[in-house]
Amino acid sequence: MKNTQDFYAGVLFMLVGSAFGWGALDYQVGSSGRMGPGYFPLLLGVLLALLGAAMMLRAALFQTDRVNAIGPWAWKPMVAIIAANLLFGVALGGLPGLKLPALGLMAGIYLLTFVACLAGERFKFKEAALLATALAALSYLAFVLLLQLQLPVWPVFLVVN
Amino acid sequence: MELFNHLALGFGVAFTPVNLMYAFVGCLLGTLIGVLPGIGPLATIAMLLPATYALPPTSALIMLAGIYYGAQYGGSTTAILVNLPGEASSVVTVIDGYQMARQGRAGPALAAAGMGSFFAGCVGTLVLAAFAVPLTEVAFLFGPSEYCALMLLGLVGAVVLASGDLLKALGMILLGLLLGLVGTDVNSGVARFSFDIPELTDGIGFIVIAMGMFGYGEIINNLSRPTSARQVFTANVHGLMPSRQDFRRMWPAILRGTGLGSVLGILPGGGAVMSAFAAYTIEKKTRLQPGEVPFGQGNIRGVAAPEAANNAASQTSFIPLLTLGIPPNAVMALMVGAMTIHNIQPGPQVMSSNPELFWGLIVSMWIGNAMLIVLNLPLIGIWIKLLSVPYRWLYPAIVLFCAIGVYSTNNNTWDIWMVGLFGVVGYVFIKLGMEPAPLLLGFILGPMMEENLRRALLLSRGDWSVFVTRPLSAGLLLAALALLALVLVPAFKRTRDVAFVEDAC
Repeated sequence: MKNTQDFYAGVLFMLVGSAFGWGALDYQVGSSGRMGPGYFPLLLGVLLALLGAAMMLRAALFQTDRVNAIGPWAWKPMVAIIAANLLFGVALGGLPGLKLPALGLMAGIYLLTFVACLAGERFKFKEAALLATALAALSYLAFVLLLQLQLPVWPVFLVVN
Repeated sequence: MELFNHLALGFGVAFTPVNLMYAFVGCLLGTLIGVLPGIGPLATIAMLLPATYALPPTSALIMLAGIYYGAQYGGSTTAILVNLPGEASSVVTVIDGYQMARQGRAGPALAAAGMGSFFAGCVGTLVLAAFAVPLTEVAFLFGPSEYCALMLLGLVGAVVLASGDLLKALGMILLGLLLGLVGTDVNSGVARFSFDIPELTDGIGFIVIAMGMFGYGEIINNLSRPTSARQVFTANVHGLMPSRQDFRRMWPAILRGTGLGSVLGILPGGGAVMSAFAAYTIEKKTRLQPGEVPFGQGNIRGVAAPEAANNAASQTSFIPLLTLGIPPNAVMALMVGAMTIHNIQPGPQVMSSNPELFWGLIVSMWIGNAMLIVLNLPLIGIWIKLLSVPYRWLYPAIVLFCAIGVYSTNNNTWDIWMVGLFGVVGYVFIKLGMEPAPLLLGFILGPMMEENLRRALLLSRGDWSVFVTRPLSAGLLLAALALLALVLVPAFKRTRDVAFVEDAC
């Protein structure tokens, strides 16, 4: 099978459509004249699942001139970018479950920049440090001073109320 | 002369120093972010949206309109100089624009794009102002079944215009509609698909989806490609002014592009992409004057016409949004979300309940266009410098701005977890060749469509034939069918394939 892109897109649609359709059965479906909360999602879910199945079959059975292989996954950038984003969230909100206090925007920017820089081809510590400092200064100016967004800027344990 | 009274009212609102400043800041920021390679208008608007939160609604909308035009124009600059279309509507600009840049004529190409856009923007604004009132009256003839049919027409349009596979685009729309249903059902109060998570009962935020897919997903994908492939023509931009001969050739092209864009922009599902393609195709069909460079090798008409068309269309695509409340494409869907954040429900009632806001917005669109030409042509040197900033410095900044943006929407870390999730989803979509723009449109239309479908069928006591017995709704459905049939006609299918293959190279 050459057309792995279409095949797995079909699989994805089928799974998600079935999940939504199945979940919709938990709610009252009703009739077309009096639709319950389950009616529209059930309809769409079934349609999506059918469409996904059709795409799978088409990709598996018919040889087309469309050669769409998925190709290698970029694991390193994906993990680094998402981890950078999650760490930033942890820095802003803390993790109450683990008793981790909020570290605030400034610490978050350094964390995010360093982890995000790991996604690139080469990691240079000095460059990342410079970039993080520049971004921290810029963000402080733009978001805290100018736009006055409600962000925790410094670690909670350092802020004196 | 109602039109002039309305425009005068609009000028009164928009021409205050404060609002002019917001329009200026919006254009500046929009261009600044939009010019960065790999960031399209969708990601730009989503990223800059938080900057408008603190403003009063009118100023916020004016700034948003500025961001919108800035982002569009920034995209064209990148297209011409880097051979990298930031978004689908500047895909055709790349073909001749980049060739001109390679021949050292980047300056005239950028000027042609700017002037074409400005002229088209002026005409588009006038069309918008003239058609808004009569169309709002049409909107009052619309019942739930007509709204339903119109949304269906829009979604079919989005499928037809998506580059690539029709089935995939259809699937993305269905997926978007389903995601839009997550959260509390307005009719029954039942929280659907929320897994007992309190944040999910409010639904998924559209900013989270837009930033995850168009921001993070794109960044991950860009990082997976080798960096050396891009070549920026920054050194040889000198002399902005097109020659007199250039002018003679580009004016008719701009006129044709503007006319085409204004008409196509109004159609649901239409908009910037289709008009740019159509305008380029028409220019290609006209006869070359003696001594003119062929298309594909740096013809200035190949830059001016599609740029004029896509700007006219992005102007007139505000018409269905402002008069009917229905976004015709993904960018407008984002604008709906932005307006609801500022407690404005787009639709026919805006004009009567908030005339200052409505006409102020329309005039500020024109101001935005004027500002772009004032801003972009002289500042072109700065934008070019920005283009030569290496990507490894840019992407951490983009990730940071996205993260701050989503957090500040609700001041809640939940949105940061969600944007991470949608980043992964967005990357998976890219890997599987699934275009995320139709999903966003479906996402915004989902709840609206369910609401109108329910009402229509409640009124007809469950009889589905109401959609074909009411003439307006039947007409809209017929148009949707015709659009679908058109795609399946072999001749059109071939040109569509060709059009989208051209953008690949």
